[in-house]
Amino acid sequence: MDHPADLQPAPAAIAHAPTVRQQLFEFVLQLADTSLVLGHRLSEWCGHGPVLEQDLAMANIALDLLGETRSLYQYAAVLEGQGRTEDDLAYLRPATAYRNPLLVEQPNGDFAHTVVRQFLFDNYHYHLLLALKDSPDAPLAGIAEKSVKEAAYHLKWSSEWLIRLGDGTAESRQRLDKALATLWRYAAELTTPTATEAALQDLGLVPDYGALAPAMQAHAAHVLAEATVPTPQFAPFAQRGGKGGQHSEHLGYLLAELQYMQRAYPGLTW
Amino acid sequence: METLEKDLSRDDQFQARIDADVRIEPKDWMPDAYRKTLIRQISQHAHSEIVGMLPEGNWITRAPSLKRKAILLAKVQDEAGHGLYLYSAAETLGASRDQMLADLHSGKAKYSSIFNYPTLSWADMGCVGWLVDGAAILNQVPLCRTSYGPYARAMVRVCKEESFHQRQGFEIMQTLCAGAPVQKEMAQEALNRWWWPTLMMFGPKDSESPNTEQSMKWRIKRFTNDELRQKFVDMMVPQAEFLGLTVPDEKAQWNEARQAYDFGEVDWNEFWSVVKGNGLCNHDRLQARVQAHEEGAWVLEAALAHAAKRAAREAVAA
Amino acid sequence: MTNWGPNNKSIMSQSEWPLWEVFIRSKQGLDHKHVGSLHAADATMAVQNARDVYTRRLEGVSIWVVESTHIHASNPDEAAEFFDPAADKVYRHPTFYTVPDSIKHM
Ligand SMILES: [Fe+2]
Ligand SMILES: [Fe+2]
Ligand SMILES: [Fe+2]
Repeated sequence: MDHPADLQPAPAAIAHAPTVRQQLFEFVLQLADTSLVLGHRLSEWCGHGPVLEQDLAMANIALDLLGETRSLYQYAAVLEGQGRTEDDLAYLRPATAYRNPLLVEQPNGDFAHTVVRQFLFDNYHYHLLLALKDSPDAPLAGIAEKSVKEAAYHLKWSSEWLIRLGDGTAESRQRLDKALATLWRYAAELTTPTATEAALQDLGLVPDYGALAPAMQAHAAHVLAEATVPTPQFAPFAQRGGKGGQHSEHLGYLLAELQYMQRAYPGLTW
Repeated sequence: METLEKDLSRDDQFQARIDADVRIEPKDWMPDAYRKTLIRQISQHAHSEIVGMLPEGNWITRAPSLKRKAILLAKVQDEAGHGLYLYSAAETLGASRDQMLADLHSGKAKYSSIFNYPTLSWADMGCVGWLVDGAAILNQVPLCRTSYGPYARAMVRVCKEESFHQRQGFEIMQTLCAGAPVQKEMAQEALNRWWWPTLMMFGPKDSESPNTEQSMKWRIKRFTNDELRQKFVDMMVPQAEFLGLTVPDEKAQWNEARQAYDFGEVDWNEFWSVVKGNGLCNHDRLQARVQAHEEGAWVLEAALAHAAKRAAREAVAA
Repeated sequence: MTNWGPNNKSIMSQSEWPLWEVFIRSKQGLDHKHVGSLHAADATMAVQNARDVYTRRLEGVSIWVVESTHIHASNPDEAAEFFDPAADKVYRHPTFYTVPDSIKHM
């Protein structure tokens, strides 16, 4: 397990303590919840993948995300300063306290759904980390620097699969279209800042999402073109709420499973 | 007549190479029966690895801490790798992975019966790693020197990864046994369920294992079932004692004269019944594999279709 | 629900990906070494699958893949005529020659 070398937050965060520190805590928690929930979803494929080689590939992505999750929760715990651990944060908060965007909690569905969900996330995740590794907040920059290499590979994986499914067989195209129609509406939430994110962006601790957009759009356009898929029309009823704790029905079940042991046997070490 | 003599001498030459511990490689001449036995054994082993992902995979989403979740996922993923290495080894003998999977799915090919038992508590993750992977290691370490080169090389890779599996399982058991009473009870209850099935992993008694002799002669098996079972008991009883747990066998006692543990008789009726498909999970395990395969078929076809389209485009461009 | 059984035709798919042989350089300065095989639809995927299957424990810094059908091998039945003739060319090896003890750097 790699720990960020230095878990001391940026001077900016301390200077504005406690407000900024609290905001930074919420942001880091949001990133941690996001990679945990998506890593958990991907881990559900383990043993059930379409072919052995891809079973291994998806488990690798899930393991990367879990590693990132742990670093983020550890840092969040430092920012909070209440003595909570990574496991307290993951296992003992209710769904309403989870801050992940809706996209990542959506069920795996078929392989096309998993690929589209992954692609939309990876395209955001990679570009976010790329900018975040220059954050003046050293721990966050450190985590981003390590994770961005993993995210680059994930984006390659999901981009290539999206292309294969789009430009594959009639069946794969039909499944891909369905997945895009289902999941595209969740993409906007990723880069729509919450009040917390906006405040941190103003301080320069978190990158401006507007500045990420051109690279993200360019990559998406390239991949969709290769896949011979027309760019889905941006859903006017784009779904959001997860980052504010308003989730879909799916997260409750996911957490019921994820938190089962800690809830059934409180306070024990495993 | 001439061919027969030629074959006989080839057989003898082949056996002489085996006796001299020369490895057999894919394109070398080998008796048909050797090839068939190997394909059966290696594919059966590969099937066990991938079916074996299911009972533990069952707990990945419920692992009690983030650290355990990552470890368990990495462990189960390794088993996919093992299956893959072994299918690859069998493919060097002319078997196709598709055909091997078809044989698994139709019930023609077997896999280790241990995976037809359910995983019911977190302590089962401890027992599976500690006992089941422990038994697998005993079976597998000698196979690193097995006579067929690709199989031996695959086993070297597998064995390197297995010791992590056993240690993480033992660590789970240790943590449970050093924990609250409810955790220790969980550990003992799991040991009670897994002990006898793991003894069955070594296969029927030597007296009822007709293929053992030939397999030993070909060095695709290096110890008998009973020898390995005894070794396992000798290793595990003290480890259980160390944990403060009791193996569910009153007859498991140190025998000073034999310098080995005595132990009770495995319930062979249960063994054969599970082998024949009547274990609690036989049906579910196989169905999960068939379902993954069938639901994956369109993905494989799409990737092939795309590769063909891309190759055609590149050919035009060139 | 999925139906399955010995007579189910869908069990045999026609979609098996080609087989690829994987070679890995474990660190800079060493040769690529054959480590095993895997299935992939194309070369790009084969390299990535090799990364996901065979380098999970820092086993490599570089990967080669070759579609298995493109490998041509010597015939083991011709091993004698291929390799035995090299056995008596002892004079090709430096140890065949005696050098006086007083001569250095040879
Ligand atoms: Fe294994
Ligand atoms: Fe094994
Ligand atoms: Fe294992």
